[in-house]
Amino acid sequence: MRLNRRRFLGTAAASAALLSSPIALGQKRPRVVIIGGGAGGATAARYLAKDSDGAIEVILIEPSRTYYTCFFSNLAIGGFQPMSKLAHSYGTLASDYGVTVVHDWASAVDREKKVVRLAGGDTISYDRLVLSPGIDFVKGAIEGWDVTAQTKMPHAYKAGTQTQLLKAQVEAMPEGGTFAMVAPPNPYRCPPGPYERISMVAHVLKQRNPTAKILILDPKEKFSKQGLFMEGWENHYAGMVDWLTDEFTGGVQRVDPNTMEIVLEDETIKADVVNVIPAMQAGSIAQQAGLTNEAGWCPIVPATLQSRMDENIHVLGDATQNGDMPKSGYSANSQAKAAAMAIRHALTGSRAFKPRFSNTCWSLISPDNGVKVGASYVATDEKIAKVDGFISQNNEDDALRKQTYEESLGWYAGMTADMFG
Amino acid sequence: MRALIPALVLAFGFLSGATSVASAQDIARGERLFNACLRCHDVGKDAKNRIGPHLNGVFDRKAATIEGATYSKAMKRAGADGLRWTIDTLNIYIQNPKNLVSGTRMNYRGMRKEKDRSDLLAYLRQFSVSPANIPEASASLLQQDAPSLHEETYLDGDAEYGEYLSGECTSCHQSSGADKGIPSITGWPQPDFVIALRAYKKGHRPHPVMQMIAKRLSEEEIAALAAYFKELH
Ligand SMILES: Cc1cc2nc3c(=O)[nH]c(=O)nc-3n(C[C@H](O)[C@H](O)[C@H](O)COP(=O)(O)OP(=O)(O)OC[C@H]3O[C@@H](n4cnc5c(N)ncnc54)[C@H](O)[C@@H]3O)c2cc1C
Repeated sequence: MRLNRRRFLGTAAASAALLSSPIALGQKRPRVVIIGGGAGGATAARYLAKDSDGAIEVILIEPSRTYYTCFFSNLAIGGFQPMSKLAHSYGTLASDYGVTVVHDWASAVDREKKVVRLAGGDTISYDRLVLSPGIDFVKGAIEGWDVTAQTKMPHAYKAGTQTQLLKAQVEAMPEGGTFAMVAPPNPYRCPPGPYERISMVAHVLKQRNPTAKILILDPKEKFSKQGLFMEGWENHYAGMVDWLTDEFTGGVQRVDPNTMEIVLEDETIKADVVNVIPAMQAGSIAQQAGLTNEAGWCPIVPATLQSRMDENIHVLGDATQNGDMPKSGYSANSQAKAAAMAIRHALTGSRAFKPRFSNTCWSLISPDNGVKVGASYVATDEKIAKVDGFISQNNEDDALRKQTYEESLGWYAGMTADMFG
Repeated sequence: MRALIPALVLAFGFLSGATSVASAQDIARGERLFNACLRCHDVGKDAKNRIGPHLNGVFDRKAATIEGATYSKAMKRAGADGLRWTIDTLNIYIQNPKNLVSGTRMNYRGMRKEKDRSDLLAYLRQFSVSPANIPEASASLLQQDAPSLHEETYLDGDAEYGEYLSGECTSCHQSSGADKGIPSITGWPQPDFVIALRAYKKGHRPHPVMQMIAKRLSEEEIAALAAYFKELH
């Protein structure tokens, strides 16, 4: 890749680009610090390093040595992917792209001094900061549940041990038992995610425990790809899945992780597995840095993903309030490339192009039965605005659904290669 | 421009008459043209699959669905995506197979003359269950779109711009060229790349993601991508 780029630019063009940049030759290279090595952060690191060809120093801060993708974690629960397939490391970013990977937790951002403080005690200064910290759960969103309850009532909305725990719980359900999901309110990461999960849990139960029941307690009146999921549940898991909205239940009042109870307005449900997916907001470092709005998300300038609060900081992915793009790995990856291009332009004077954004989310409903939804977007002054989109149709033939599933495997391979090299 | 319209209508009128008035002469000419296909394709009573599938009842058949025939991975994909053989898609395909399926096994340069294709199709449609029920070609497809897939404007693309644009491709297509369920797009000859994107853009090729992505690519951007990906192996 890097060689290819040199070939295109030629040495003359490359040095001309450097000369025209605001950083005079001989001075230190500009430094970009990235907080969070997920879909947004890893992509940004790779593209900044690859495309600047060494002209920018790229430092990635991420506490985990192994990143477990949330994408495909539902498929792991369904037994369609081994957990090990979800694991990715930062080795190639460091060795092949020259990214400095710091395994630590960013505990604070001093925007005035342009410095990131690490939990380990170090500080790192930046010319530009990229923040892609993902989501955190809103404290107190569901009475009785906090992160200490996640070992009993897992969210499995950050992948890894939580995914494994939920999978094990589903597999250990007593015959004819109940799986309950407390679904999140909008906006949240991966709009079809909870419903793909229901499909995967239903698939497991159909094999192992066909008299078991699945309950979805949902604050929303409708959800992503609803028609497709409902059709799939009817066709493949008939009578197993009940979707109950707040209008019907009065809403979840509280949960009790010790008794495994969910208290509704007029009724208390006891379940064998309770998957609580609470309301979400931007990852806590974004709040700490003062980059969030009242809703808990980071408003951004659509074309460059710069924070509306600080032009030296770009926010990517789930943490943003961007307009029309859903919170997905694909979106974060797409945004990261637009931001990387804008940052290179600002720091090295490289060519600036019109940003473009797109997203597609695949979901698996049953074996070889994949569906997808997607859209393309442009940056307007106010927001990232949808221009065009598509969704799988009801009643598609088996060959198309199988192909769509196989395509999702291809997407996963492509996407993770695009993030981690 | 205006002056062209009667000419288009006339040319189209010729083919739309294929069921009722395709003359025996046209069909006979189509049969002679079919000689070029015979090495790989059989048609008529007891037709068998050869290197390519037999062509009985090809109209309105979903691509890559004849039992026992050998198809490329690309053709199977196109079939699953929803490619159906109609007079329009056959016309575009015969003009140059790569218009519709880049990785097709059909090693054929293509039949460039409109009149040849319509005679050939007039011949082939006799081997369907009810030739009279086959819908006619749409004028726009026949007369404008297929040839314009081959206009060679902007072939000299801006590879650096292409590199930026490629970010929209590499969320799915691997820059290493690996194919784990999504086709490889690296190292393609530029014309193939340009034709493929134009065909998605015009909706000739089925695939909602590719249609959406291609729809907003300008000719200049398509050329830029082609120039960039050609060099990537
Ligand atoms: C069940 C499920 C299924 C999904 N399926 C899909 C799918 O099929 N397709 C799709 O596109 N998307 C899917 N998603 C959504 C996708 O996972 C997210 O949208 C995506 O990961 C967002 O990227 P991000 O960079 O914003 O955050 P993340 O990928 O979550 O990355 C954030 C990273 O930041 C790190 N971090 C946070 N705070 C700090 C700090 N203070 N200091 C240092 N590091 C920090 C974290 O450790 C983490 O690694 C799914 C999500 C779930 C939960």
